Amino acid sequence: MKYQIKVWRQKNPDDTGKFETYTVEDVIPEMSFLEMLDLLNEQLIKRGESPVEFDSDCREGICGTCGIVIDGMAHGPKRACTACELRMRNFDEGATITVEPFRARGFPVIKDLVVDRCAFERIMAAGGYASVNTGSAPDANTMLIPKYIAEKAMDSAACIGCGACVAACPNGSASLFVSAKVTQLSLLPQGTPERGRRAVRMVEQMDREGFGNCSNHAECEAACPKSISIENIARMRREYMKGALSD
Amino acid sequence: MKLDAKIPTGPLETKWSRYLSEIKLVNPANKRKYEILVVGSGLGGAAAAATLGELGYRVKCFCYQDSARRAHSISAQGGINAAKNYQNDGDSVYRLFFDTIKGGDFRAREANVYRLAELSGAIIDQCVAQGVPFAREYGGQLANRSFGGAQVSRTFYARGQTGQQLLLGCYSALMRQVDTGMVSLFSRREMLDVVMVDGRARGIVCRNLVTGEIEKYAADAVCLATGGYSTVYFLSTNAVNCNATAAWRCYKKGALFANPCFTQIHPTCLPQAGEGQSKLTLMSESLRNDGRVWVPKAKGDKRPPREIPESDRDYFLERKYPAFGNLAPRDISSRAAKEACDNGYGVGPTGFSVYLDFAEAIERLGDNVIRERYGNLFAMYHEITDEDPFKQPMRIYPAPHYTMGGLWVDYSLMTTIPGLYALGEANFSDHGANRLGASALMQGLADGYFVIPATISDYLADNRPDGLGTDHDAFTESVNGINEQVSSLLGVNGSKSVRDFHWELGRIMWEKVGMARNEKGLTEAISDIQALREDYWKNVKVGGSNEEFNKSLEFAGRVADFIELGELMARDALDRAESCGGHFREEYQTSDGEALRNDEEFCNVSAWEFKGVDKYPELHREFLEFENIGLSQRSYK
Ligand SMILES: Cc1cc2nc3c(=O)[nH]c(=O)nc-3n(C[C@H](O)[C@H](O)[C@H](O)COP(=O)(O)OP(=O)(O)OC[C@H]3O[C@@H](n4cnc5c(N)ncnc54)[C@H](O)[C@@H]3O)c2cc1C
Ligand code: FES
Repeated sequence: MKYQIKVWRQKNPDDTGKFETYTVEDVIPEMSFLEMLDLLNEQLIKRGESPVEFDSDCREGICGTCGIVIDGMAHGPKRACTACELRMRNFDEGATITVEPFRARGFPVIKDLVVDRCAFERIMAAGGYASVNTGSAPDANTMLIPKYIAEKAMDSAACIGCGACVAACPNGSASLFVSAKVTQLSLLPQGTPERGRRAVRMVEQMDREGFGNCSNHAECEAACPKSISIENIARMRREYMKGALSD
Repeated sequence: MKLDAKIPTGPLETKWSRYLSEIKLVNPANKRKYEILVVGSGLGGAAAAATLGELGYRVKCFCYQDSARRAHSISAQGGINAAKNYQNDGDSVYRLFFDTIKGGDFRAREANVYRLAELSGAIIDQCVAQGVPFAREYGGQLANRSFGGAQVSRTFYARGQTGQQLLLGCYSALMRQVDTGMVSLFSRREMLDVVMVDGRARGIVCRNLVTGEIEKYAADAVCLATGGYSTVYFLSTNAVNCNATAAWRCYKKGALFANPCFTQIHPTCLPQAGEGQSKLTLMSESLRNDGRVWVPKAKGDKRPPREIPESDRDYFLERKYPAFGNLAPRDISSRAAKEACDNGYGVGPTGFSVYLDFAEAIERLGDNVIRERYGNLFAMYHEITDEDPFKQPMRIYPAPHYTMGGLWVDYSLMTTIPGLYALGEANFSDHGANRLGASALMQGLADGYFVIPATISDYLADNRPDGLGTDHDAFTESVNGINEQVSSLLGVNGSKSVRDFHWELGRIMWEKVGMARNEKGLTEAISDIQALREDYWKNVKVGGSNEEFNKSLEFAGRVADFIELGELMARDALDRAESCGGHFREEYQTSDGEALRNDEEFCNVSAWEFKGVDKYPELHREFLEFENIGLSQRSYK
């Protein structure tokens, strides 16, 4: 199969960047989208042109490293699927496919499709944890946690931190990412002592990083490869209010 | 060099506690004067960095991903073992120890493995306290399952994402230390050298993967938790960036590399679809609980699977291993599948896969039960292959998955370079010739949370901070060496891409240093790899420059190291004239095709010392003593 790939080329953070179009041949339906880009890059390298830089690692949808916008959608057209899991059989033969980096104020472009997501790291450092030193934990079964609570916490904990929610949001908000962590830890007894302070600090750090506010577009939930629900955001708001009031 | 594992004396059960009570400690007020570098942010690295920070040391933690949370540990699925005996089914520290030694086919150190089993319970406590959402029973207790053929239920899990949840637990502990200022993170950095001053590890040199700048970091000790090297085969279940460079560069500086040929091939992976393939996806081993493995009895039988009658099918695992059947251990199942395909019985478009059939289980239990058990795996399979396992059998094929070999370490996890430690998959210590399912996560966390934070003080107490700066000549020398390598890689400007070479290396490794090895193949592999190395430095085309984000350049350095490592793996496999665990030498098998160990000559760790790229490395043997478990032959008949 053959495709036209219209892809964003940007040499470095200061470059203005532009689209370039390339033809990729010999694509097979089982190939993942990123393997198709590998194939393109092999051709470019051999022609002495610079390859299209993009990030990836696990290539099975769990590490959250890959993240690109395909035909205007973060991670591409398939629901609950990362770019690395997306197979080429989802695209019509001969199609022109547009590929861009995640675009958001909080995620500056490094090169081509690669963006800097360190802001997420700084948000996590602002309380995205339960304070416990190694070695001081009691026996694990002394704390009983109802199954449905553990399952709910797991639903939120499944976030892979890819940033698709930010890229999909018209406001460039990181609310889905932040709320997933806030929710996981506020549901579990281990996270309870710090829950108010955590919600306030993480939300304030998110604002400081230049992410926008949530105005309930719900694009984030649609783009999320792990189907994290926007209910998390509602919970985060409650946690934030409680935390802010009790301060 | 004489290898001394420094195993504490006394009975097995008291070795660790005795060690802890006898080592030197660093005064709490002095801890902040020490600087420790932790390379890697997977389970081993993140757990170590967080805990060392909690203890009061100043820590710098490095990884090549854009965030510490993305280390390859994230992709572990099945679970983590611990001898909690919550199920009251007869588990104990001793039994976990016993299973691990036996599973490793008697090529691991008793003292290390016992300590691992001993620490396993505290790991679970720690993870739960951090908020890891393990699976639970209705009563609120933790749930367990039996994994990889174990006779007890000792595996803890979080859906099919156990590695992710454990890593996010470590990561949150790490970020807490970043918050307190004890740990600084350096992501998108690739360590390219360890710097030695007066024979001790005193720092590292990294390439900043965004700017290309070569950066220097001085410290009092260096901990390597840089993962395994399965990607030497190009196609494996590991993440595409996993590599051996950090460990390899330390090997070249004098750290011994132990048992490089001990690799694990996982039987249930998705088969390769074409030359464009970049990795192989693992399907949980639990599928073998209900799926039956078969190939057609006739070579090249191209009929669709459902049209092949029972009488024309060979359920080869059930036939060869009646007692264990489809649940035979990983190495045995993998070998049997490859053999069937090599002999022309394989199925699918390439002929390199075997069926894993659920028809009988679906018939017996119904669609719903199967969907409940394996729904997400079936969906993932369907998505990738466009084939519905409810309607036709899955196709699977073995793939390189885990490397038991790694840097040689003593009981304290120190390599043969003083002040350089290795933890997690990067070391060789606990799994012998074959790792049991759900034991790698346990080992990474044991090393990181409990072993290193304790053992390192013994070394630091004797080696006080002396204000060494990165202006020392040793750093300059190291930087010059790296700059030289980078410019020679960029300067070749040949006609083949880095991937072409990696692919070719992978092919040689898979065919000749893969699951079944023999003298002829290994000898050929060595000369093939040497020829490949020569060609590499004449014909590789990297492109771009150093002073920019350049993935091709990153890969070029890694592949150069993989080529050298591949040769060492072949040499080690050739030297080890026996079969054990994942290392199967065709010349050494029982009359019914089982691995035949040679305890007289090879009850040892083989640790290799670098002597130059073109020179034969020197072999040092650490003899293993089994004082608590009698040596016995594995049998899964
Ligand atoms: C698909 C899959 C499923 C698995 N499932 C299970 C399971 O169910 N149970 C189980 O027990 N085990 C499982 N394993 C094995 C287990 O996941 C790994 O052995 C373990 O997680 C390794 O952890 P680690 O900390 O040693 O290394 P990793 O998690 O691989 O981390 C390596 C770290 O080192 C860094 N690094 C490496 N080189 C450099 C360098 N040169 N410079 C800077 N940083 C560097 C990386 O950035 C990364 O942060 C599985 C493995 C795979 C592939
Ligand atoms: S590369 Fe890991 S999620 Fe896509």
